[in-house]
Amino acid sequence: MEDMLFYDRMQFAFTITFHYLFPQLTMGLSLMIVYFKWKFLRSKIEKYNDAAKFWMKIFALNFAMGVVTGIPMEFQFGTNWAKFSELTGGIIGQTLAMEGMFSFFLESSFLGLFLFGEKLLGHKLHFITGFLVFLGSWASGYLIIATHSWMQYPVGYEILENGKFVLTNFGALFSNPWLLPSYLHNQAASLVTSSFVVAAIGAFYLLNNKHHDFGKLFVKTGVVFGLISSLLVAFPTGDLAAKNVVKYQPVTFAAMEGIFETEEGGSEIVLIGQPNVLEKKLDNKIAVPNILSFLTYQKWDAQIKGLNEFDEKDYPTNIPGLYYAYHIMVGLGTIFIGLMLLASIQLFRKKLYKTKWILWSLMFMLPFPYIANTTGWYTAELGRQPWLVYNLLHTAKGASPTVSSGNTLFTLLGFIGLYLLLGLLFLMLAGKIINKGPQLNQH
Amino acid sequence: MELFWYIVLMTMLAVYVILDGYDFGAGIIHLFFAKKEKDKKAITNAIGPFWDANEVWLIASGGVLFFAFPTLYASSFSGFYLPLMMILWLLIFRAIGLELRGQVHNKIWESIWDKAFGISSLLLALFFGVALGNVVRGVNLGGVVNGVSTHEAHYFFLPLWNPTFSPQAEQLGIIDWFTLLLGIIGVVALTIHGANWIIFKTNSDLNEKLKKVVFNLNIVLLLLVIVSLLVWHIIEPKPFHNFLDKPLLWIFPIITFTGLFGLFKVRAFKKHGLGFLFSSLFLFGGLTSTVASIFPKVLPSTNSINPDLTLYNVAAHEYGLSVGVYWFAIAIVLVGIYMVIQYKVFKGKMDNVGYGEH
Repeated sequence: MEDMLFYDRMQFAFTITFHYLFPQLTMGLSLMIVYFKWKFLRSKIEKYNDAAKFWMKIFALNFAMGVVTGIPMEFQFGTNWAKFSELTGGIIGQTLAMEGMFSFFLESSFLGLFLFGEKLLGHKLHFITGFLVFLGSWASGYLIIATHSWMQYPVGYEILENGKFVLTNFGALFSNPWLLPSYLHNQAASLVTSSFVVAAIGAFYLLNNKHHDFGKLFVKTGVVFGLISSLLVAFPTGDLAAKNVVKYQPVTFAAMEGIFETEEGGSEIVLIGQPNVLEKKLDNKIAVPNILSFLTYQKWDAQIKGLNEFDEKDYPTNIPGLYYAYHIMVGLGTIFIGLMLLASIQLFRKKLYKTKWILWSLMFMLPFPYIANTTGWYTAELGRQPWLVYNLLHTAKGASPTVSSGNTLFTLLGFIGLYLLLGLLFLMLAGKIINKGPQLNQH
Repeated sequence: MELFWYIVLMTMLAVYVILDGYDFGAGIIHLFFAKKEKDKKAITNAIGPFWDANEVWLIASGGVLFFAFPTLYASSFSGFYLPLMMILWLLIFRAIGLELRGQVHNKIWESIWDKAFGISSLLLALFFGVALGNVVRGVNLGGVVNGVSTHEAHYFFLPLWNPTFSPQAEQLGIIDWFTLLLGIIGVVALTIHGANWIIFKTNSDLNEKLKKVVFNLNIVLLLLVIVSLLVWHIIEPKPFHNFLDKPLLWIFPIITFTGLFGLFKVRAFKKHGLGFLFSSLFLFGGLTSTVASIFPKVLPSTNSINPDLTLYNVAAHEYGLSVGVYWFAIAIVLVGIYMVIQYKVFKGKMDNVGYGEH
């Protein structure tokens, strides 16, 4: 029984982690492509249209990967989490079905037009199809996070005698206080990924002395979008999302921050230290006093509950995992802001394209927004464990009752093999597109 | 309200089968009949801009199933775990075959992805037919062994096959000779359907040959349909009782046979879209007749201990179903608009779309 749950969780975790590598880029990138296309329409400078075309190739490849790895996500609610689906389908089914009806149809219908229709449509209509693809992908994110928010903070429901969750207020799903901060935080983070990718490819061209004009354009656009989005991720969206955790899941907040004991005079912020759950302390800790209280309540001496104030049975399942996920996310987020600030200053002083060490840093920074996004999601998901629906439905009670661990392991191995192949193909083809670079005056 | 959502779901599934059906069929034609590079191009051009949107009908149908009939979604998706996972893998292979083939110009690369696309299309057509066979045949709900349920009454699990391959065994498998028969019908019907789409949307040199293929396969299809009707009583002792009780339901078999017999005229059609219309009628009629024959059951029980799943005992609560009508009405109008735009832009022959060229 324990094995079964373990493989079910591993399969979901593995497939969703892999899947989300692609949408996090496409959501942000769609906005940036629309921006390039818009610049072209306003200025009629071909460079912008060629830039849009280049990024559309990367977008198309990522989008295809996102679609093929996305279908297994919807299936797995039923295949591996049948009990959860049966009990809560009347509620989370609403938002998931809406995602299919409102965003997938929009995205997929106009993606074909966007990718193949430039000649047929003309530039203005082509811009509109791009905008609609962007709209569809952001609507998809919204409905997924509405579903996620209900699991974190259930609203508008009633539980029947047979254990089924019944929807009683449709509007509540969308006025859920968890929803808006999480959504904006996630979308800003998606823009961080796309900005860093655009900047990294631009830096790669500049350092390589190839495609010089595009290199400059990509670095500049990436840095401007990157600075704005990195700041937005932290404030106000990250701040608001964290305040929701303090308010609705205080024990999760304590574990995330690594606060084992309540501090009367205000809580310190932990920068470094490994949680030792048995001895309830952090090893070789480096912390700054009172900062956490200030960040959370804007009062230096505000009290934040430590893990000691909660019953152990209410602890998140994996405290060290949660703590690391959160600290990696926050640490990287801070580095992103720092790097983009420096790059922006150099850009303003018109020295960025010659400041080699910043270009090298931008190029090497490419994988890190992916890590930050992934660990951010791990923070949210590990923070909710051991619950599927916070405080109401235990994860162990949500798995499919008839699917044996042997069958789940079989399909998990299948997914690992298949996704390794997909990952290799993706890297090879993305590398090919990037190496070839943008093409001038393709008409 | 349950009935409304049932009709919505079945309609969406029928639309899915008609739309993605031509994609699968085109893949099968690609596998067996497209030898020249030019013919392959014609085929991928004819489905390239559409396949992704077509597949959304599957995802959207899954979403509607999830929200309107959560118990059926939970029971069938966990019970049919293995074939569903394989369908997922095949869908992935098929999609990357289509999307990646044109990215590298190399003979080996191209032939690998041609085969991936063709073979997974073929297997998907087979699996979807087998899936329909499983639904009408029913499953051992509650996992009854020697008269005792081993699971909750509405859960089950099926291995891929049992050694006897019999649809009447106590412990059933996904593949038995009856579900396989429906799988083969699926392959033949979708091959015809795909060929009709290619005739409709391209000026390929293949088209004349494909008309003969459609005609010949249609004879095979007619024979297979007759065989299936003759053996249907094995899985359902009174296979036509719904049609005898409710004469209005005859509309569905009439549509099926209109499509089937209409296709024999394929070589005389002046309008290239007519063949596609008739094979769509056959698919729509075949699917609806099959589900109408077991109505209101949605997943029959093969044992006498646990009751059948019907659309009434698997549905979500009333309020959720009612509120869903509002957003669904808006969404379906939008979907209609998108489809009109999409098919208007890519109207007529599509030989020069340039799909997959980089």
